[in-house]
Amino acid sequence: MATDTQQLTRPAVRVSGLVRRFGDRTVLDSLDLDIAPGQFVALLGRSGSGKSTLLRALAGLDYDVAGSGSIEVPGRVSVVFQDSRLLPWQRVLDNVLLGLGGRDAADRGRAALAEVGLAGRERAWPVELSGGEQQRAALARSLVREPELLLADEPFGALDALTRIRMHGLLRELCQRHGPAVLLVTHDVDEAIVLADRVLVLVDGRIAVDQPIDLPQPRSHRDPRFLEYRYQLLTALGVEEEITV
Amino acid sequence: MTDVLAPPQAALQAALQAPVTVAPRRRRLGLGRPIPYGRVLGPLLILGVWLAASAAGLLDPRVLPAPWTVADTVSRLVEAGTLQDSLAVSLGRAALGFTFGALAGVSLALAAGLSRLGEALVDGWLQVQRAVPTLGLIPLMILWLGIGEAFKVVIIALVVAVTLYVQTYAGLTSIDSRYVELAETVGLSRSRFIRAVVLPGALPGLFVGLRLAVTSSWISLVVLEQINATSGIGYLMFQAQNYAQTDVIVVGLIVYGLFGFISDAALRFVERRVLSWRRTLSS
Repeated sequence: MATDTQQLTRPAVRVSGLVRRFGDRTVLDSLDLDIAPGQFVALLGRSGSGKSTLLRALAGLDYDVAGSGSIEVPGRVSVVFQDSRLLPWQRVLDNVLLGLGGRDAADRGRAALAEVGLAGRERAWPVELSGGEQQRAALARSLVREPELLLADEPFGALDALTRIRMHGLLRELCQRHGPAVLLVTHDVDEAIVLADRVLVLVDGRIAVDQPIDLPQPRSHRDPRFLEYRYQLLTALGVEEEITV
Repeated sequence: MTDVLAPPQAALQAALQAPVTVAPRRRRLGLGRPIPYGRVLGPLLILGVWLAASAAGLLDPRVLPAPWTVADTVSRLVEAGTLQDSLAVSLGRAALGFTFGALAGVSLALAAGLSRLGEALVDGWLQVQRAVPTLGLIPLMILWLGIGEAFKVVIIALVVAVTLYVQTYAGLTSIDSRYVELAETVGLSRSRFIRAVVLPGALPGLFVGLRLAVTSSWISLVVLEQINATSGIGYLMFQAQNYAQTDVIVVGLIVYGLFGFISDAALRFVERRVLSWRRTLSS
């Protein structure tokens, strides 16, 4: 069924023959990838496997990098970084509205902050927010632009485990409501299975595993099928440990 | 056994139920609570020692006159109008030089920090100019401009401009590349990028420059007025030296000190207001 919809609608992202090199090292080796509109894709890989290189290529942030291939992305792309990257000298609302114009921008910014649970913190300085709150403000900044593609580079990597679980729920909910295609780069297999419609594993510069996750939301870590996916993905990542069920 | 254990337990219960007031803790490695009017304490201490030493007759008045002698001298100079006139002249020079210097320094830093052409044209010679002590230019400036007011204002302006340029340029060019990336992903135009990211990010550097520049403008003023002036606080002190009037020299020093202190405090105040988004160790 997924292939049917992919054939009917134009993909949100189409990458073909993408090559990226740093010196002698080929990080992305003739990589092909389609992402359907509204599809939530998680990208796994060991560190140095080129996950971030692919994301930065899609975000248009890879200057002075040698390579070839073609990339098609939608017009409205938002990026969430591992750090919240809020400008410390602007209040939270101004950070959310960075670069936006128009009369209703402030209202949309307030609505986006309310959506991520930061209503009433519009006038706060970024240093006054906790790490989780800062990252939520960064999410609001991305979503207020109504992106067709949301690129997230380990957005919860710096957060503690409890905050991360709460952020998973929030991200999932926001993506269902706004419906952007998502490419989430992560090193956390569980995070990928909990959130994504489809999990990719990047090995040696190519997509080695392309696994649709066919589990209803909300997903339980104790679901045997969850564990099955987990085992399969960890194996693809080269983790040899015994996984007890 | 239970009897022995009971009293401590009861005590524990009581302790747990007793309202506990916890004093707000300070950052352990911070500097602690700021002392109210702490910055005045040091000068007051010195004044106290000075008073005590003079009263005890430990100080030769020819070396350092007593504080009350200095106070007498101040009122005498004020009555004669000498102090106000000298002060007005000195302040006028400092203010004029500082204003021109600040305008030039910040404009040059903006030109060099915001465009490659400006960088190529401006930065090279300002780094050279920075290596030449500006006070070393005094002989040349006197030949060019004479020993009037213009040369004094130009020297002060040069000192201020170079100091401000170095700090502001460093602030403008050291913007965190992560913020540049962010600005690109949210599609900021160049002018909005400069207004929202570059200029606010360079403000801390500008304030460091302003405070250094105020100090160096006072230093230049002292030098200029003691070598080549016929008016101003420095001239007053120079004359006093000829007549061995230690008390007048001390008055001049106090005036210089007070104005240095006040101008720095004023800048700190403005800095705290403008950079209120920062939370640093000293706050």
